[in-house]
Amino acid sequence: MPSDLRSMAQHIKSGMRLALPVDYAGVSMAMTRPMIDHGAGDLHLICVPTGGLQVDQLIGAGLVTSVETSAVSLGEAGGAPRFNQAVKDGALRLRDATCPAIHAGLMAAQKGSPFVPMRGLIGTDVLRHRDDWRVIDNPFADGGDPIVLIPAIRPDIAIFHAPMADRFGNVWIGRRRELAAMAYASTQTLVTVERIVDHSLLADEMTAAGTLPALYVTDIGLAPGGAWPYGLWGEYPTDTDELARYARAARSAEGFAEYMASQAKVQA
Amino acid sequence: MTPALPREILICTIARLLEGVRTVAVGAASPMPAAASMLRRALDEGARQVRLSILGSVEHNFFTNGSTELFDCAGQGRLDAFFLGGGQIDGQANVNLVGVGDYPQSRVRWPGSFGSAYLYFTVPRVILFREEHTPRVLVEKVDFISAPGISPPGVYRPGGPVALLTSKALFSFDRERPGFTLESLHPGHDLAELHAATGFAFAHTDDPPVTPGPDTATLSLLRGRVLDELEETYPAFATDWRRDLAAAQPVT
Repeated sequence: MPSDLRSMAQHIKSGMRLALPVDYAGVSMAMTRPMIDHGAGDLHLICVPTGGLQVDQLIGAGLVTSVETSAVSLGEAGGAPRFNQAVKDGALRLRDATCPAIHAGLMAAQKGSPFVPMRGLIGTDVLRHRDDWRVIDNPFADGGDPIVLIPAIRPDIAIFHAPMADRFGNVWIGRRRELAAMAYASTQTLVTVERIVDHSLLADEMTAAGTLPALYVTDIGLAPGGAWPYGLWGEYPTDTDELARYARAARSAEGFAEYMASQAKVQA
Repeated sequence: MTPALPREILICTIARLLEGVRTVAVGAASPMPAAASMLRRALDEGARQVRLSILGSVEHNFFTNGSTELFDCAGQGRLDAFFLGGGQIDGQANVNLVGVGDYPQSRVRWPGSFGSAYLYFTVPRVILFREEHTPRVLVEKVDFISAPGISPPGVYRPGGPVALLTSKALFSFDRERPGFTLESLHPGHDLAELHAATGFAFAHTDDPPVTPGPDTATLSLLRGRVLDELEETYPAFATDWRRDLAAAQPVT
């Protein structure tokens, strides 16, 4: 029996660290409104590895204290207006990263390791502004060879949208393996899906390989079209016009509020 | 045949810079690098297989391990070429994708560094591509280093920039000096204009050559197969391109 999205949002408590996927990997836009209505704030967002509309809306709703990300944008629709404004106002604690560093932090958590080493980064201002990252000399080299250590990223909750789950709580993620990485690293995982099937996804080798087992899944909600206006791989394309409409509206705080209010009416 | 359009000269120039690559990745929202990579693949057909991955595309994506695989591939040395833009690029090929002014409270905030702080280090042939050629983009010193053009000795750095291509000119990058050297000016642009539009000093000869356009066979391939292939991923760009071609046809 799938859960109601509003009750799923109750898992989120103030001050939690939330992991959210990149715009093309399966964003649970359907959870955005329930999260805003639920109102748990002081959130720390971890974008895997970049953020977009959902991140911008949570920031616009005043729920976000910090963002760890490699980028935030609306893609073809341009910059993320509420994010950009919050940065200008100094209203966000920013942890600028680079895509593979976020993957590395999740990988460390997945392994139960305190950190993983990563190439690149040396000499960047990305590294200079990260007091939680370290540089050591490669202990396996004959001397020198500095390398960056990325500490484990352990989100409280990962939230994403996928094409299907089965009634045993297994979720099919196909080749979007970053969704599995998010779930492995996070204490809880909330998933919305297009459909729920009766047969076990693990019973068929073809689907089993792309399945996130129920072990890692806290709660599943049914939300057809739940990535909209983002697309969902293999299901439907991105609604670029809607993203552009949001981008225009959310340039001001008032425009953002009006947009969100009109969306609430559509969904009611 | 209609002479090469400015955007076709850019695409063919990028394709030239990609000579000899086996695997090339193109970031999101990069229609010209994508077209150039498709042209390279078409030109090399039969001689060598060029593998092409376009971020965010389902059709042109051979990865199955999520968005981390591109970076893992680069770390393994499997990725030969990649493209980087930049809100600011400076004379030492430092790239800024973060913002203008102080950090973190940037006066103008751009999306962020994406994978640049890793790929610039690990991909041997990084092509800097930014159409806008103005002093606000091509600056003396970037406000934030998302990815540095060069690294001190002892830092693991198999990758880095090889060229900078803009709407006005093509530069090569010399890691030893370090700095850019003007290779050619695109048709219709001159050295005085270039100096005025460039915020950093660059090396050049007194009479720099004009960026060569494609030959007829290459142009046919570009306007036929490549434009068709591109349409799947970048429909708006392809439509715009076709419109330019129609408008450029000589009146008979």
